[in-house]
Amino acid sequence: MRTGTVYTETVIYSAAEAFAAEAPFQTAIVALDGASEPSRRLTVRIAGGRVSIGDRVVEVDSRGGVPFFQKVPLSADDVPRPEKSPG
Amino acid sequence: MRPVAVVAAGKTPFGAFSGLDLRALAVEAGEKCLANARVPRERIQSFYLGNFAGPAFTGQNHLAPYISMALGLEGIPATRVEAACASSGSAFFHAWAEVAAGIYDFVMVVGVEKMTSQSTARTTEILASAGDLAGEIRAGSTFASLFAMIARRHMHEFGTKKEHLAAVAVKNHAAGALNPDAHMRKVITLEQALAGRPIADPLGLYDCSLISDGAAAVILAPLERAAEFTANPVRILGVAQASDYVALDQKADITTFPAVRRAAEKAYQMAGVGPRDIQFAELHDCFTIAEIIATEDLGFTPRGCGGPYAMAGYTSLQGERPINASGGLKSKGHPVGATGVAQICDVVQQIRGQAGERQVARHSLGLAQNLGGSGATCVVSILAEA
Repeated sequence: MRTGTVYTETVIYSAAEAFAAEAPFQTAIVALDGASEPSRRLTVRIAGGRVSIGDRVVEVDSRGGVPFFQKVPLSADDVPRPEKSPG
Repeated sequence: MRPVAVVAAGKTPFGAFSGLDLRALAVEAGEKCLANARVPRERIQSFYLGNFAGPAFTGQNHLAPYISMALGLEGIPATRVEAACASSGSAFFHAWAEVAAGIYDFVMVVGVEKMTSQSTARTTEILASAGDLAGEIRAGSTFASLFAMIARRHMHEFGTKKEHLAAVAVKNHAAGALNPDAHMRKVITLEQALAGRPIADPLGLYDCSLISDGAAAVILAPLERAAEFTANPVRILGVAQASDYVALDQKADITTFPAVRRAAEKAYQMAGVGPRDIQFAELHDCFTIAEIIATEDLGFTPRGCGGPYAMAGYTSLQGERPINASGGLKSKGHPVGATGVAQICDVVQQIRGQAGERQVARHSLGLAQNLGGSGATCVVSILAEA
């Protein structure tokens, strides 16, 4: 799974004919990890919730040759754990 | 190289003209241009047509002789140039090169696009073919979305605000309202500009140029002979074309256009002038952010300052350096293949002092900047009183 950081993004409301039914949807340019910039930047579709510049993203799907990336959830250590029920 | 002048200019109004096809538009501009100077059509030795997507919009191909023959320019070489939104800027550059090199004395350039016969969604798709189909376009990008991503990054790095973008729209609509040939002669307020429906965040309707029909034409000749044909020739002091990646994601930094910087540097050098000398300019405001970045790349304002520079009024019709006194692509309209030559026509009109209500105060030295795609082609031209 490729991972990276959002370099820029937009939400498209007015789409080309072939994509009109999917609008609104978000695209982003992602700087891939472990690759020298700028040759390894990639234009991707965003799945799940919206992302912003600087967000960490991971590839979750590929449809018709188009990579779909999704925001990486916070690491498990950052997620507040449910309090243990007493006893 | 010998000095070259624009001896004639003419264009159609820009708008949605259901009764005019591509050829009718191109011929109208060509005839107006021929009537603008004493150059008999049989003296024209070479013809260039700037056109982006005539075949996709209208189905007609082989467009250069299709137009030149209709203009009665019989038998001469006729060449179509395609460079997305910089198609006719590029045609102008190549026509200049032919005259400057001494290959021909009289060369005509026509730019034309017929866009309104298709739906907006289909037009958006045709325009997208100027991007990288295998990457960004396959992912769903439109040109508005590519410039939206540019705007988003410019905002992130330099603090540019939506109000700055809106200020460009307000300014260009104010100027365009004075232009009888403009597509949308409508004054708008900052509030209206900000309230436009979203197209691609952060760009709204008023950040986008118009889908228009139109054509524009010029005739070039050696400067030393220009006075034989017109009382007010305009000298081409400098002109340059440069290239960059077609795909936005290949660029190292999307908040600047290297092709604009390269073309500007060469044009300034050829002209022997710098950014401070430019009195007024027609810039490629296909989207409001594009004008903001152009003012930075051309050296009118420091990097990152284009937003505040526009908002402060320096570039308004009454400002120290008016930008897009014609209304720009935003209000005048943007028939893609016509835009580059139309900008030249607008600069020529200002230099000749014939711009009526939108005449700028200082008008002896002007610049035109024509951008193709998301910055893959740029042509910068510097024109002056002969």
